Amino acid sequence: MSQTLSIERLTIGLPEGADRPFAVENVSFAIEKGQILCVVGESGSGKSMTANALMGLLPPGVDVKSGRAIFEGRDVLRLSEADKQAMRGAQVAMIFQEPMTALNPLMRIGDQIAEVFAAHNLYTQFERRARTLDLVREVGLPDPEKIIRAYPFQLSGGQRQRAMIAMALALEPRLLIADEPTTALDVTTQAQILKLILDLRERRGMAVMFITHDFGVVAEIADQVIVMREGKVVERGDAKTVLEDPQHDYTKRLLDAIPTGKLPEARTLSETPALEIKNLRKTFRTGGGLFKPVREVHAVDDISLTVARGEVLGLVGESGSGKSTLGRTAVRLVTPDGGHVMVGGVDLAALSEEELRKQRNKVQMVFQDPYASLNPRQRIMGALTDGPINRGVPKEKAQAKACELLEIVGLGADAAMRYPHEFSGGQRQRVGIARALAMEPDLIIADEAVSALDVSIQAQVLDLLRDLRERLSLSILFITHDLRVAAQLCDRIAVMQKGRLVEIGRVDEIFLSPKEDYTRQLLAAVPGGNWTQTKEVPA
Amino acid sequence: MWKRFRSNMGAMVGVALLIAVIVIAVIAPMLFPHGPWQMVQRPFLPPMSVDGLPLGTDTLGRNVAAQLAYGARVSLLVGLVSTLVALLIGVPLGALAGFYGGYVDEGAMRFTEFFQTIPNFALAIVLVAIFEPNLTSITVAIAIVSWPPVARLVRAEVMSIRTREFVDAARLAGLSKPHILIRQVLPNTVSPIIVMASLMVATAILLESSLSFLGLGDPNSMSWGYMIGAARTVIRTSWWLSFFPGIAIVITVLALNLIGEGLNDAFNPHLSRKGKA
Repeated sequence: MSQTLSIERLTIGLPEGADRPFAVENVSFAIEKGQILCVVGESGSGKSMTANALMGLLPPGVDVKSGRAIFEGRDVLRLSEADKQAMRGAQVAMIFQEPMTALNPLMRIGDQIAEVFAAHNLYTQFERRARTLDLVREVGLPDPEKIIRAYPFQLSGGQRQRAMIAMALALEPRLLIADEPTTALDVTTQAQILKLILDLRERRGMAVMFITHDFGVVAEIADQVIVMREGKVVERGDAKTVLEDPQHDYTKRLLDAIPTGKLPEARTLSETPALEIKNLRKTFRTGGGLFKPVREVHAVDDISLTVARGEVLGLVGESGSGKSTLGRTAVRLVTPDGGHVMVGGVDLAALSEEELRKQRNKVQMVFQDPYASLNPRQRIMGALTDGPINRGVPKEKAQAKACELLEIVGLGADAAMRYPHEFSGGQRQRVGIARALAMEPDLIIADEAVSALDVSIQAQVLDLLRDLRERLSLSILFITHDLRVAAQLCDRIAVMQKGRLVEIGRVDEIFLSPKEDYTRQLLAAVPGGNWTQTKEVPA
Repeated sequence: MWKRFRSNMGAMVGVALLIAVIVIAVIAPMLFPHGPWQMVQRPFLPPMSVDGLPLGTDTLGRNVAAQLAYGARVSLLVGLVSTLVALLIGVPLGALAGFYGGYVDEGAMRFTEFFQTIPNFALAIVLVAIFEPNLTSITVAIAIVSWPPVARLVRAEVMSIRTREFVDAARLAGLSKPHILIRQVLPNTVSPIIVMASLMVATAILLESSLSFLGLGDPNSMSWGYMIGAARTVIRTSWWLSFFPGIAIVITVLALNLIGEGLNDAFNPHLSRKGKA
C-alpha cells in the first residue's frame, strides 16, 4: 500500500509564556491510502494543532520548529504560500467541528460548494452546477435541487455537516482531515455522518485523518489509532489492539474513564417522592406579525414524572427535545403554561415571584457551561455564601459550611478565596455542585453537567455525583444527551422526543428491552455501541 | 491586564503626557502666583523675546504661559466632572433598561433617543445660553449631551450578561433582582465603561474648548478655548496666541485617546489590532 501522508518528527513551538514550550513534540505517523487514522486526545493535547500545521492554518505566534510532512512526495510544511493554496482543497481537504460557523451564513449552499471549483479555476459555470448537484446527492442531502438554493441557517446541524463534507470532497482530495466533525451533533446524526465518511472512504479510497476525543467514535471507524497527550504520541497501533489491549497507562485511564454500557446495580428506591411533575406544559411562541402566522413550539407537552427521594433520574433526548426546558421549568427559571411542580409539598409552578424567592433553595441546578456559570468577578466564597446568607444563615456559619462543602467536592477549603479563572473546567463544575449543595436542596437538577468536560474529568465528576448520592442521599434529575453517561449514574431513565415523554423505566429495562422505536434508534446510534456491549454487558 | 497595559508603548506615552498636564495644572498657583489675568509686560511680545515670558504675552500684556497652566485646570476639571456626571446618569438608566427589559427598556430607550436626535453641540450651546455661563452650567451641559452613548453601551452589556448561567444561579439562590443587578451583573460591565469614560473625558475637553471659543465659557476662569477665541482676530500677526493653547488641547486629547485605546486593548486582548496576523 502506498503512503498518502507521512509525518516525521514534527515539532510545533508555542509562543513564550504558554503552559508548555511545544504544542506538538516529535510526532511521527503515516496514513495509507484508503485508511482512517484516528488521532485521540483530550483538549490541549495538540491534536488539532497537528492538523492545522498540515493545512498551513497555524495561528500567529505558533510555528513549526522542525520535522517533515511528506504528502505525495513533497514536504507540505516547506511549500510556498501559493503552492499551499493550490494544495488546500484540491489534494487535502478539511472539515471542522462547528458546521454553522464553518459555512458562510450569507451564501447559498450551492454557491459555497461551487466556489471551491472557482477558487481553483476549474470548469465552466454550467459544469460547476452539475458537479455541485452530484456532490450534494453523494453526501445524501435530501432534495438536491432545493438544497443548493438554501442558506446555512435553513439546514439542520447534520445537513450542514454534510454540506461541509460535499465542499471538502469537491476536488476529490486524497486526504481528508476531519477535526471533531461529529462532536456538535446528536447521536443519531453522528451515526449517519460516521457512516457517510466510511462510505466515502470505500468509494473514493481516500485517506482520512480523523481527530476526536471519543473512543466510541474510534471503535466505530478507525483502522489505526494514535493517542496524544500534551503534544506527544503516547500510544499507537491498529484500532483493535489499542482498544482491547492498551499498553500505556494514559490510554488505559482514558478507556476506563469512558462511560461504558455497564449497568449499575438496581437499587431499591424510596417511596416518598422528592419531585413530582404533573401535566407540565410550556409552549414557546415566536414571530407573529401582520402577515406571519405565529410559530408555536411545544417544548414541554403534558409531561408527568416523579423523582423519588435518593433517586437519580436520567432525562435523555436529542437537542430540541425539550429536556432542558423541562429542567428549567422544574426550577422555575422558566414559568410553565400549565401543570404542577411539587417539591416537598409546595407547588413551585404556582408561587408568586416573592414567595418563590423564599422557596428557591428547594431545587437547585448544576449548569452545563463551567465557564459561564460562575461570576468571573466574584470569589468562590461569595458564590457559595450569597444564597444561604440571603436566607438568613449567619455569615460565619455560611462560610464554615462553604469550606466544608469545598472539602466534600474535593477542592479543599483554601479554594474559597480564589477567583473562578484560577480553576479548570472540571474544578469549576465541582464549585457549581458545591454551590447547589450549599442551599440544602431537596433535589438537584444537573443540566448537561458533564457534557463540556474531557472524558477523564467527566468520569471524576460522575464519581463525585455517585459518591454524593450515597452520602447525602441526594435526589438528582440528570439531563444529558449521552445515553452512556446516563447509564453510569442513573437509577431510571426517561426518554424525551419533541417535548413528549417517550419512555421511562429502570436503566436495565431501557437498555436491554426498550419498548419504543425511538429508544431503540437512540441506543443503536451510540458510537462504539457494539464494542462496549460485547465487552461490558453480559446480554 | 495591568501588564498588558504597561507593555503598550502608546498608552504609556499617553499616561506620561497626561501626568505632565495634571502636574502643571496642580502647581500652576506656585509657578504663577499672580494668576492668569494680571498684565505683566507690553502686549504682543513674541515667545522667548523677554526673560521670564517663554511663550510671550497676549493682546493685553498677560503671560501666555500662566494662562496655559491655569487653562489646564479648567479643562481637566470640566472633562472629569462632566464625564462623572454623564456616567451617573447613563449607567443606572442603561442598567435598568437592559436588566428589566419590556416597558422599562422601551421607556428608557425612547428617552435616550430623544437626546440623541438633537445634535450634541447645538444642545450644549442652548443649555449654556439658557443658564448663566459658568463652570457648573458648562459641566452640566456637557454631561447632558454625553450620557446617551453610555446608557446604550451599559444596556447592551447588561443584556448579554443577564443571559449567562451565573445569573440563573443567582436567581436560584433566591437573590432579589436589584441585588443580582448590582452585585452580579454590573461589576462585569466595568471594563468597557472605563474605556468609554477615558475617551469621553477627551470629548468633554474638546466641547468645553469649543464653547469657550464661542464666548460661552465661564468669564471668571481662564480656559484654552477662551484663549483661542480671544486670539482669533490677531491670528495673522500674533500666531503664538492661538498656537500654544491649540497644542495644549491636542496633547491632552491625544493622551486620553491613547490611554483609552491602551485600556481597550488590555481588557480585550483578542481584539487587539496590534496582533501579528
